[in-house]
Amino acid sequence: MAFYNKIIKKSIWVFHVSASPCNNCDIEILDLITPGYDIERFGIKLVGSVRHADVLLVTGIVSHKIAPRIKQLYEQAPKPVFVVGIGTCTVGGATFKQSYNKAGASLDKIIPVNAFIPGCPPKPEAMIDGIVKLLGTLK
Amino acid sequence: MFLKYLFYLLIFPGFLFASVFGMIVGWVDRKVSARVQFRVGPPFFQNFYDIFKLWGKEVILVKNSPYFIFLIAPIIAFASVLITSTLVGTAFFFNLSIGGDLIFIIYLMMIYSVALILGASSTGNIYSSIGAGREMKLLLSDELAFILVILVPIIQAGYKIDLTQILIYQQANGMIIGSASGIIAFIVGIICLQAKMAMQPFDIAHAETEIIDGVLIEYSGTLLAFWKLSHFIMYVFLPMLLVILFWGGISFASVGSIIAGVLKYLLIVVLMILIKNTNPRIRIDTAISFFWKYASPLALVAVILAIFGV
Repeated sequence: MAFYNKIIKKSIWVFHVSASPCNNCDIEILDLITPGYDIERFGIKLVGSVRHADVLLVTGIVSHKIAPRIKQLYEQAPKPVFVVGIGTCTVGGATFKQSYNKAGASLDKIIPVNAFIPGCPPKPEAMIDGIVKLLGTLK
Repeated sequence: MFLKYLFYLLIFPGFLFASVFGMIVGWVDRKVSARVQFRVGPPFFQNFYDIFKLWGKEVILVKNSPYFIFLIAPIIAFASVLITSTLVGTAFFFNLSIGGDLIFIIYLMMIYSVALILGASSTGNIYSSIGAGREMKLLLSDELAFILVILVPIIQAGYKIDLTQILIYQQANGMIIGSASGIIAFIVGIICLQAKMAMQPFDIAHAETEIIDGVLIEYSGTLLAFWKLSHFIMYVFLPMLLVILFWGGISFASVGSIIAGVLKYLLIVVLMILIKNTNPRIRIDTAISFFWKYASPLALVAVILAIFGV
């Protein structure tokens, strides 16, 4: 398993899940894949299908409408899969903390989460740092 | 004798060589694309990491679908691509061929597309079905032009359908690309290769930003690794086939001629990558009308010129 973990660190395909966000974090994620940051250097690639994903990047407060779909997406991903919550919304709700439509206090009440990257929105550098720290925990 | 054929199929021009070299050429593709976009690009072993990682991931089957077809389609496609690469590779490196191998190659490359269509339509996913329909239309449009392109060297070599006979003809009478019909057929051939490889102007069936990798949307883990590996192997033998048909192959007489052969191959690959990076994806109806109205008549002109010996 140790050898496999060493390889999977170098080839991370991310899938972008927007769970009722305000679109700020999504724009920052799209910034990540522009030539300025070029995460393909680390083997990170944005994929369109959840069947190809290794990491789910979840943004936004999880509303009641989207919560069952998030669970379904997590179940559809092939299994060594990691979940990263992007933005303060996934941690505590930020501006929408007292919203009537919020399912659960944070994202990890709904699906297992491996790392949170707080910020409103987090900078692309912070996201790269967070993902690198998550991969550092793999032994 | 049997061991020799097994060696051809599994080690040298076949499985091991074609996969390793294909992944390296796949890296060249990603690196050149990155340099065109002023990026750094992935490290050298990136495709090896990707394939190895996919081998270890979970394979998910779709509920209420015919999984036998879903499971067998990537293996059929991989096998057909592997045999094609062995056939082209033995002609390229050892000057060996079975009788009528060009017809066999045309059939095997069609089997790859048919397996892709079957695998994609077995899932029942709506994007997958759209992708399968597009792949079928693309196959119907590029196949005629591709067969006409292959006819040109066959006619010029005196109606011989062996790769080695075409090579012998070119050694005696100069390269086919030097003639008027040869250069027209070569240009149409590169466009057909672009469609066969599902590269940028013709990646209509995959269309990552539109129908989310279309035909491959439901594939995961090992099965996806088979599809990716088949695609990498196509990087190896399709440009090689063009080099054999039009550009006189490679000769191992001296160091200079080996370098010249490798450069011919690399030139076609880089040309295809540059076409990929400078053209946006076109719609499927535009692709059909392009192939049926412009590419196929142009290839037909080349065939007629070849019959008159120009």
